[in-house]
Amino acid sequence: MKLNIDIEKRLGSFPMRMNAEVTGERIGIFGASGSGKTSLVHMIAGLTIPDSGEIYLDDSCLFSSRRQINIAPEQRRISIVFQHASLFPHLGVKANLLYGYRRCRPEHRKISPESIIEVLNLQHLLDRGVGNLSGGEKQRVALGRAVLANPRLLLMDEPLSALDDSLRFQIIPYLRSVSEKFGIPYLFISHSLAEMQLMADRVMVVNGGNVTVISTPDDLARAGMASNPRGYLNLLRLDRAKFRDGLFHYPWGQGTLIISDGKPDSTSLFELSSRDIILFKQNPEASSARNLLECTVTEMFDSDGRKGVVLDSGGSTLVAEIVHSAAVELGVTPGSTMFAAIKASAFRRLG
Amino acid sequence: MNLSPQDITAIGLSMKIAITATAISLPFGFATAWLMVFRSFRGKVLLEVFVNLPLTLPPVVIGYLLLLFFGRNGWGGGLLKSAGIEFIFTWKAAVVASATVGFPLLVRSIRLGMESIDQQFLQASRSLGAPWYDTLATVVLPLSFRGMLAGSALMFARSLGEFGATIIVAGNIPGLTQTIPLAIYDYASSPTGTTMALSLCAVSIFLSAAILLLHEVIGKNLENRRRA
Repeated sequence: MKLNIDIEKRLGSFPMRMNAEVTGERIGIFGASGSGKTSLVHMIAGLTIPDSGEIYLDDSCLFSSRRQINIAPEQRRISIVFQHASLFPHLGVKANLLYGYRRCRPEHRKISPESIIEVLNLQHLLDRGVGNLSGGEKQRVALGRAVLANPRLLLMDEPLSALDDSLRFQIIPYLRSVSEKFGIPYLFISHSLAEMQLMADRVMVVNGGNVTVISTPDDLARAGMASNPRGYLNLLRLDRAKFRDGLFHYPWGQGTLIISDGKPDSTSLFELSSRDIILFKQNPEASSARNLLECTVTEMFDSDGRKGVVLDSGGSTLVAEIVHSAAVELGVTPGSTMFAAIKASAFRRLG
Repeated sequence: MNLSPQDITAIGLSMKIAITATAISLPFGFATAWLMVFRSFRGKVLLEVFVNLPLTLPPVVIGYLLLLFFGRNGWGGGLLKSAGIEFIFTWKAAVVASATVGFPLLVRSIRLGMESIDQQFLQASRSLGAPWYDTLATVVLPLSFRGMLAGSALMFARSLGEFGATIIVAGNIPGLTQTIPLAIYDYASSPTGTTMALSLCAVSIFLSAAILLLHEVIGKNLENRRRA
């Protein structure tokens, strides 16, 4: 999918001027609230008309003030998953799911209701009204409804921010698998860097009504390491935990990660701040930290005077953060071996 | 309770006029409310003032203007005459009088209902492939239903009480155009009519109270939905 945007729009006293070209199947739009993300989404979907400029999706023109083209929203085949599911309250789950499917031209109907109901695990919800669904169920139905319209592009406008933490990370695999399985590219809009790291390959950063940077989520996380109050957030998806002495032992890289707040028999997502990793040049042998990992330094990067150290253990990586003087004292260089100490309680389970 | 056959006719006629006026106004009320809530266009404020004018204008003024318009030398009168329709001093004129006076109440209620619809429902519908008229029929209309019900109840009640405009365009002909308020007016001006007038007053109070009760219930539901 290729998206070409060159638009101007004035919203009250807030001027937007966006010029960007992105290619990819999983694109993130990252920015604080009020930065113009949602307005951009509305303009791509045709719900708001730009003052001037052009929007192209895969070389088909959606909007051009110069050529006087403005494709109606219902003809763009761009579905939106909203922050608050926005299921039609007067329709049941089934009628909501089929709303877009029924309006989709037969030749575009590649995704069948049966397949999406199975993937999103909606079978038992079909005969319910939308009023008595939980937040996560609502969002799954909303996702199904959007995908069943068989769109060319899916716009996910902060679909997770109305959900609580544990639920949020349960929905993410659904969002990703639906897009992959049915081959629909998406734009994922969020103000959460962690969500960007989990959902996007390329990220457009929106700030003050402009697209300021186009980069990868990891580069973005690295660049923001020093300024982010919690440093660089390592996201680890771990499974096959063994429970011993009140702690969970997860296989990771060439060794094991010992974590206090694990969950047996399922895959869990953990967050580890780059600031919670202490580096030693030699093996300290005994330490109160439950994890002592021998790693190879593969890469180093700068972020506002701090040093990011990329540690590798059997193909799995972690980013640790140290100050400049520590880097000099330790003599860390790419290729050197380091021992990383991490407390078992430093891992935060997300879902 | 002491009702003469003539009173029964007046009650029946009142109901017939109020129901017809409400039913005819409903589609126009819905369209007007939709224009005001969802569309932006030049002269919106003017439309707003024009629609709400009957709310503050003396009904007699409305009746007189309708009489001029539909009268023998009026614009509408000429048109109706060429179509062979007898209008002034018939129950149809009473319907138009009631419809004009009650219309702003109907529009207000439907508007309130429409304004409580989350814009995102409309955006979702459009982006799922529905043209605007499809969205109007499958999202706006069903979600405005309570507002329309509440508005209809209010307008129906207002129509039952219509006096000023009706007496001018439809007259006060027993059995033909005499509604409850007009009958009460007649009784009030005769020295022996007190009990008869009071009976009709009781009917009026009963009908109005019943409708307002219904309106309250619908209003409460609407409020709950908005909060949910």
